[in-house]
Amino acid sequence: MKLTGAEILIESLKKEGVEVIFGYPGGAVLNIYDEIYKSDFRHILVRHEQGAVHAADGYARSSGKVGVCLVTSGPGATNTVTGLATAYMDSVPLVVFTGQVPTLLIGNDAFQEADIVGITRSCTKHNYLVKDVKDLARIIKEAFYIAASGRPGPVLVDLPKNVILDSTEYAYPEEIDIRGYHPTYTGHIYQIKRALDLIYKAKRPVTYVGGGVIISDAAEALYQFITTLGIPVTMTLMGLGAFPIRHPLSLGMLGMHGTFQANMAISESDLVIAIGARFDDRVTGKVDEFAPNAKIIHIDIDPTSISKNIKVDIPIVGDCKKVLQSLLKEIVAREEETEKIEGRIKPWLEQIEKWRGKHALAYEQEDVIKPQYVVEKLGELTKGEAIIATEVGQNQMWAAQFYEFNKPRTFLTSGGLGTMGYGLPAAIGAQVANPDKTVIDIAGDGSIQMNIQELATAVQYNLPVKVVILNNAYLGMVRQWQELFFDRRYSYTCMEKIAPDFVKLAEAYGAAGFRIEKIKDVEPILKEALAVKGPAMVDVIVEKFEGVYPMVPAGASLKQMLLV
Amino acid sequence: MKHTLSVLVENEFGVLSRVAGLFSARGFNIESLCVAETLDPTLSLMTIVTRGDEMIMEQITKQLNKLINVIKVTDLSARKFVDRELILIKMKATKTNRAEILRISDIFRGKVVDVSHKTLTIEATGDEGKLAAMIELLKPLGIKEIARTGKIAMLRGAQ
Repeated sequence: MKLTGAEILIESLKKEGVEVIFGYPGGAVLNIYDEIYKSDFRHILVRHEQGAVHAADGYARSSGKVGVCLVTSGPGATNTVTGLATAYMDSVPLVVFTGQVPTLLIGNDAFQEADIVGITRSCTKHNYLVKDVKDLARIIKEAFYIAASGRPGPVLVDLPKNVILDSTEYAYPEEIDIRGYHPTYTGHIYQIKRALDLIYKAKRPVTYVGGGVIISDAAEALYQFITTLGIPVTMTLMGLGAFPIRHPLSLGMLGMHGTFQANMAISESDLVIAIGARFDDRVTGKVDEFAPNAKIIHIDIDPTSISKNIKVDIPIVGDCKKVLQSLLKEIVAREEETEKIEGRIKPWLEQIEKWRGKHALAYEQEDVIKPQYVVEKLGELTKGEAIIATEVGQNQMWAAQFYEFNKPRTFLTSGGLGTMGYGLPAAIGAQVANPDKTVIDIAGDGSIQMNIQELATAVQYNLPVKVVILNNAYLGMVRQWQELFFDRRYSYTCMEKIAPDFVKLAEAYGAAGFRIEKIKDVEPILKEALAVKGPAMVDVIVEKFEGVYPMVPAGASLKQMLLV
Repeated sequence: MKHTLSVLVENEFGVLSRVAGLFSARGFNIESLCVAETLDPTLSLMTIVTRGDEMIMEQITKQLNKLINVIKVTDLSARKFVDRELILIKMKATKTNRAEILRISDIFRGKVVDVSHKTLTIEATGDEGKLAAMIELLKPLGIKEIARTGKIAMLRGAQ
C-alpha cells in the first residue's frame, strides 16, 4: 500500500508505541498536522518550541519512554536547540522531527530555512536529513533505536516538505542493522572479578552513583548491592532518587553543594565505585585532589565517559543494571569474603558518622521565610512522593538538598547543561506521562520567566502542575557568587520591583495564583495550592540573601567547603 | 606524540563534517585528514594524523567510535605501518636552474607533470622524511607553490 511521507510518519509513530507528540505547527509541517488531525493522534500544543523539547524530556525522564516532538522548519527548528543540548547532556531519549524546505530549495536561503542538521550535529546523539521518502520508515526506526539504546540521547530527523508529500510503498522495518553502532550491555566478567577483588580489600570504600543508575532502571539492583556489601553511597544531582536518601548508608549528594559527609568520605576513601556517573567538574572539584588515595572502579555504558576526567583503575563498560546483577552473582558466590567487609570497614563507617554529626544540612528559620523551609514543607505535604522538576540555580540546589528523594524518576532537573526555563515545561511533560501524580516545579523568580508561556499549555490541557516560586527577588545563585567572589557587587542580578505580579500573571493565564509572605501561611497555602484541580502557581516571598551551603568554590578541592 | 588513525566510515553526506566537528568541538587537533571511497562504495576510509598523550588518544579513539557513522577506528601508530603522501611542487624555472631542479627531482624519483616557460611542476610521493628533504633541497631554487594530499596509511603485513 502506498502512503505519503506524512502518513508514514504517523503510522511509524504508532508502531513505536508513541502515545503523544509535543509540538508546534508551521508551514513546512502542515501536511503532518493535517494527518494528526485526521488520525486523532494525541498532540500537546506548546507555546514555544523550546517548551516542546523540555516537555518531551520531562515525559521521557519521568516515564522511561522516548519523548517525541514535532516542529516546523527554520525558527521552529532552531528553537529546539537548547532543549536538545539539555537532553544530550543528561542522556534523555528524544526523537525530534523538524520540518524543512523542499530538497530542491535546500541551500538557497529559502523562507524559514535553517541547516538544522548542521546546527545540531554536536548536541544530538545522531541526526538525519531524509532525502527520499523511501528511506523514511527505516530512518524513523533507526532514530528511535538510537535514542533509546546504549547511552540514550536525542535524535533529530529533518523532513523536507517534498518528502512529507511524496508517496511510497510502506512497510515498517522489523529488523535494524546499523554497522557502526553496537552498544555494550554486558560487563566483562574478568573486569567484574577484578573489581570485586578491590572491593574485598578496601578499608574505606564509597559508592558514587549518577543518573545512569536511574536511566537503566538499576535502583533495585543498586539497593541489593549496597545493602549486601554495607558500603556507603553518595549520589550526584542526576543520581538523586537512585537510593533512599534517609537510609543509614546514604551520604546524600556530593559535589559543589554536596553534604559535608559525602565530600569528606569521597576525599578520604581508598576505593571509589562509580556507577553511571561521569566525574563532572561540579562533582570532582579540583581534579588533582579528587579522591587522591583511592583506586577507582567505573561502571558506565559509554566508553567515552571512562578515563575522560579522572584516570580509572578498573573500567567496566556495560549497562548499570546488568553489571550490578553480575556483581551480585559473584558477591553471593564469594560469601566468606563478603562477610569480612563489615569488620574491615567498621572504623570507616564510624568516621563517616562523625562527619555526618558535625555539619548536617541545616538552616536557621528566622522571621522571613527561608527557602529551605518551603522545600521541606513540600516534602512533608507530598510525603516525598511527588515528581519534582526544578529550574536552575539556588531553587535547584535547595530542591536537591531538602526534598528527600527516595524513588528513581521523581527528580527532573537540567544537571549537565544547567538550563533555566527547563522546569515548567518538564513538569508539564511529566504530568502528561503521570496523570495521577503530583508534579511540582520548584522555581526561582528568574528562571520561571524563561518559559512562563507554557503556563498556557498547562491551562489548555488542564494539567494540574504546581509551580512554587522561591522568590528572593534576585538571580540568587549568581548573586551568591557575586557576594562571595565579587565583593557584593550585584551586577544585574537584582529583580526587585521589576518582577511581574506572579499571582496576577497566573490568573491572567487562567491558572490559580497564590502568594505566601508569612511563615504561618506556608503550610496552609501550600496545602490549598496542592489541592487545586488544575495548574497553580505559588509565589513565596523568601529571604533575599540566603545562600546554598555547603559550597565548594569552583576549581577548589572537595574538602575546601564553605559551610555557612 | 603523533598518531596516524585509520577510520572506516559510512560513505554518506555529512560524515566528514561529523568527524571534523568532533575534533574542533573537543579541542583535538588535526594535522592532516585524507578521505576517499573504498572498494565497497558504501564505505570511505579516512586517514587522520593527530597529536596527543595517551589519555587524549584514548578519548579521540573512543569519541570517534561513538559516532554512529564510524565503523572502525585503528591507531596505526601502535603497530608497523606504511604511510605515503603525494605532493605537487611548482618551481620557478629559469635557464640556469632548470637542470638542477630535474636532477633533484630524479634523486627523489619525482616526475615532471607540467612545464611552461617560467615553471616546472613536479609530482612526488613518499613518507614525511623524504618529502621534507626534497622540499628542503628545492627551496633555494625557488618554489612557487606546493599542494599536498595529506597522508594515507596502511598496516604492514597480512593484518
